[in-house]
Amino acid sequence: MPIRVQNPGLLTTIQDLGRSGYSHLGISAGGAADSLAMRIANILVGNAENAATLEMTLAGATLEFDEESIVALTGGECECRINGDTAPMWQAMRVPARGILACGATKTGARLYLAIQGGLDVRPIMGSASTNIAGHFGGFEGRGLRKGDLLGVRRGPNSRLPTLKPGAVDGLYSREPLRVTRGAQHHWFGLEAFGKLLSCPYTVSEQSNRSGLRLKGEPISPRVRSQLLTEGVSLGAIQVPQDEQPIILFVDQQTTGGYPKIANVIAADLYRVGQLRPREQVRFIEVVIPRAIDLLREQEEWLKQIFQSQRNRYTDRS
Amino acid sequence: MKVAPASDSSLLVVFGDVMSLDNHERVMSLFRALQRLNDPRIRNLHPAYASILIDFDPLRLSHEEAASLIENLAGEQSLQYDRAANIVTIPVCYDVEFAPDLQEVANHAKIPNHEVIQLHSSATYRVHFLGFTPGFAYLGGLPDTLHVPRLATPRKHVPAGSVAIAGTQAGIYPVDSPGGWRLIGRTPVRIFDPGATQPTRLKPGDRVEFSAIDRATFHSTVNR
Repeated sequence: MPIRVQNPGLLTTIQDLGRSGYSHLGISAGGAADSLAMRIANILVGNAENAATLEMTLAGATLEFDEESIVALTGGECECRINGDTAPMWQAMRVPARGILACGATKTGARLYLAIQGGLDVRPIMGSASTNIAGHFGGFEGRGLRKGDLLGVRRGPNSRLPTLKPGAVDGLYSREPLRVTRGAQHHWFGLEAFGKLLSCPYTVSEQSNRSGLRLKGEPISPRVRSQLLTEGVSLGAIQVPQDEQPIILFVDQQTTGGYPKIANVIAADLYRVGQLRPREQVRFIEVVIPRAIDLLREQEEWLKQIFQSQRNRYTDRS
Repeated sequence: MKVAPASDSSLLVVFGDVMSLDNHERVMSLFRALQRLNDPRIRNLHPAYASILIDFDPLRLSHEEAASLIENLAGEQSLQYDRAANIVTIPVCYDVEFAPDLQEVANHAKIPNHEVIQLHSSATYRVHFLGFTPGFAYLGGLPDTLHVPRLATPRKHVPAGSVAIAGTQAGIYPVDSPGGWRLIGRTPVRIFDPGATQPTRLKPGDRVEFSAIDRATFHSTVNR
């Protein structure tokens, strides 16, 4: 039951929730850049939350389905068509046999997630189907999809599917400042520099990808100008290299780094980092760690409550 | 030992601010203790020269609990570092075809090419940690004579298996990637094999030796 790639878009990769436990071998966790949208897509088609999905970047893909399939598209806003007819995002939809699903460019946001009932059939590498581009492994031959690639799909559950409550995801991609906690070397920077990060807008540069988002704006000068001994880096860390322009380290980050980290995007806001577009402006606001953890807990609670009908029937399947 | 939050999901444990065998052994003993603990709430360990970043699920493990867990481990183990570490021998072909920077390294060190090879392949190295790309091991123990600065402009493409040096360190590029280190040889063995049970040839704490091979041996070993 393959899916044929007619047009891969800008960068379409297979992603699940990533691989844990290999950072000491230089292998980052990876996984969906917007894991919230990706999990919702899977839930909508009755998959386990971690089933392998397609992550599309800025320009969506066009896919031909051999067999009738149930799919859901989530993430940034885009025009999606099935055999030429407009199809809705954020709900399960049927693609007929020989049907063509065409995802347009994102009008807002940067990434789209397509879940297919049953999940893509990918041999897990180190416990995950996610594509690791730098390591050339995982997903589909360790690379972004190309025209003509054939993707297998696992047979899915044939059961009633949940839907989102009306308006459930309105405001999911708010333009509110990204919330950050203090970074491992925040004391290298001092109040003035930290204040600058929190008060000035930064622009996402074109040289941004899944490894990191380069920001342009007011330079952030450290108070301490010494060389940091290379150390482990956390997901969402905001590091400041010599050019004093911050970089948000993201899902495909290197596992270690030698630049001081001024701040760290909170776990509950990482999905929004995955939707930042080149040239988009971003602002930051500080929260304390206990608050950041409460926000993550609230987000997990929210995810359990946005669906109608018995979601629990679908979540534990693999 | 200093333990401090790095994010809402991680703690950074710092043993010092220099690269030394002493700091390395303290990192390794905590790293191994944490690996033995095998706590499902801990997702990832990032050891480095003198620190370990510990990434965990903050909804299941609080920063306070994680910190006391680390302090207990560090206290009880009293640094019983396993000195009989794994020794890995990596065959290297230093032929000019694979060593575009060998001449410059020799010039910088003011020694003939064969002495660069001799020095590089007679030292024993220690894997301080892995980073940069999957399977890239930062090796300490490079003989002083071979300390050369990295390239001013990194290469866009360094082939997998390239054996390289920069500053006080040595390494092997596990996958095709960009890179700014000086290339002095190439190994025919796979340094990174994602589908294998042990995906990387080298692990933190391993000792590494290089043995010189000729072109014929290189070509007969490659991909094996």
